[in-house]
Amino acid sequence: MNPGFYVTPEQLVRDRAEFARKGIARGRSILAMEYRDGLLMLAENPGGSLNKISEVYDRIAFAGVGRYNEFETLRKAGIRQADVMGYLYSRDDVTALGLATAFSQTLGVIFSHEAKPFEVELLICELGLEGQPNQMLQISYDGTLLEGREALAIGGKADVLGTALRDRFEPGLDRNAALRLGMQVFAETERRPLDGWEAAVLERGPARRCFRRLTGPELARVSEENPSS
Amino acid sequence: MTELPNWGLPLGAPAPGSSFSDLLDSLGLAPRWKVPAGPAQTLNPPEGTTVLACRYGDGVVIGGDRQATEGHLIAHRRIRKVYRSDRMSAVAVAGTAGLALEMVRLFTVELEHYEKIEGAMLSLEGKANFLSRLVRSQLPLAFQGLAVVPLFAGYDQTSDQGRVYTFDVVGGRYEEKQYGAAGSGAVQARAYLRTAWKPEMAEDEVVEKVMGALVAAADVDVATGGPDLRRGILPNLVMIDRGGVREVSDDHLASVAEAALREGQ
Repeated sequence: MNPGFYVTPEQLVRDRAEFARKGIARGRSILAMEYRDGLLMLAENPGGSLNKISEVYDRIAFAGVGRYNEFETLRKAGIRQADVMGYLYSRDDVTALGLATAFSQTLGVIFSHEAKPFEVELLICELGLEGQPNQMLQISYDGTLLEGREALAIGGKADVLGTALRDRFEPGLDRNAALRLGMQVFAETERRPLDGWEAAVLERGPARRCFRRLTGPELARVSEENPSS
Repeated sequence: MTELPNWGLPLGAPAPGSSFSDLLDSLGLAPRWKVPAGPAQTLNPPEGTTVLACRYGDGVVIGGDRQATEGHLIAHRRIRKVYRSDRMSAVAVAGTAGLALEMVRLFTVELEHYEKIEGAMLSLEGKANFLSRLVRSQLPLAFQGLAVVPLFAGYDQTSDQGRVYTFDVVGGRYEEKQYGAAGSGAVQARAYLRTAWKPEMAEDEVVEKVMGALVAAADVDVATGGPDLRRGILPNLVMIDRGGVREVSDDHLASVAEAALREGQ
């Protein structure tokens, strides 16, 4: 029998956390903030086809940073969970909190049981019904679930970006102003030429599905008004 | 991926791909029919009657009456048989109402699920083929006399035109170049459209023709409920063109229905 080497649980968790944090730090971050008519998610994304932000349900969106294949697996699992719940019960029974809890449990199990933890950080946003608050739930690689407010960032530079964003954020911005603010915060913290944007909104309106990607021309128009980027 | 304990998300489950109905199947949640041999003599569930779809200049219109019958009784006067299935297509159903409405629900979730997972909509042809699979999966029930026959219409963005698909009880799928109909009043509706249909009709004109066909069907087929102005029951009509799906307003329908009823006398 192989006696193996003894590693303390503290050491094990520290090593795994460090590994996951390094992986996440290699990727680019994502910003999310509330605006007058909804929620905006903004990422730096050079290509047009590998999305970091996606629709999950009528009023719920998903954003992931880190390893693409890992958050993509989680994104699909989330959509499956949401669609099955909504089909078996009712569309109103699918909530961001329910989904975020499932993500958090899954990531928590993977963190402690698998050969390597997932190098991802997730954000689940839910647009509140008229008059109700929005929800922004952050899930980190070890399954820690945090509730955010108004404006936040996930990813390797979450601290710097999040602080810069919250310093200048004000409630009640319109969509373009929020987008402009997000782009400025990215430009100022990254201090390098930025190559391409990916942005999507959850916006209140008559439609059942509130998720909408902002298209290239829309983004280009706002980023041109933005001399700093 | 290794097996996960039994909580959290089913990450490693047998990968169901992008299909929602396959996912339900892999979770053991899809309907399974264990029906007795022989026709369902004691069962008399509500049945929906006439639905029809028709191509016109800008796209396609799809509509249906509002009645469901139980044998020779009227079960419901205001059921809805025409549903938006996504932003470029709509589906209408005839036959056993309970099963038909469930089929529409599954179909709608399937289209949305695929779009979210893949990041792109299915082609119109792909949607029609999937609907035909759903009809075929009900085959054992069709043998029991519990048939569901849908009608599918949508705007095809690749060929830039509206298209109509009709189905039969075994899941056969047929594309119609002019118009299609299903349900008990389908024969009368088709007979009306045979003489009324013209290529490249304008929107107002095609709404009149479809209303005329529904009035004609209700006139001969007792199961079809024509426009009932006294109770304020009007057919559902949905237009699909390059801009997507939109419902014809009740005010507009009421005036068209009145004219069609006057003409039909």
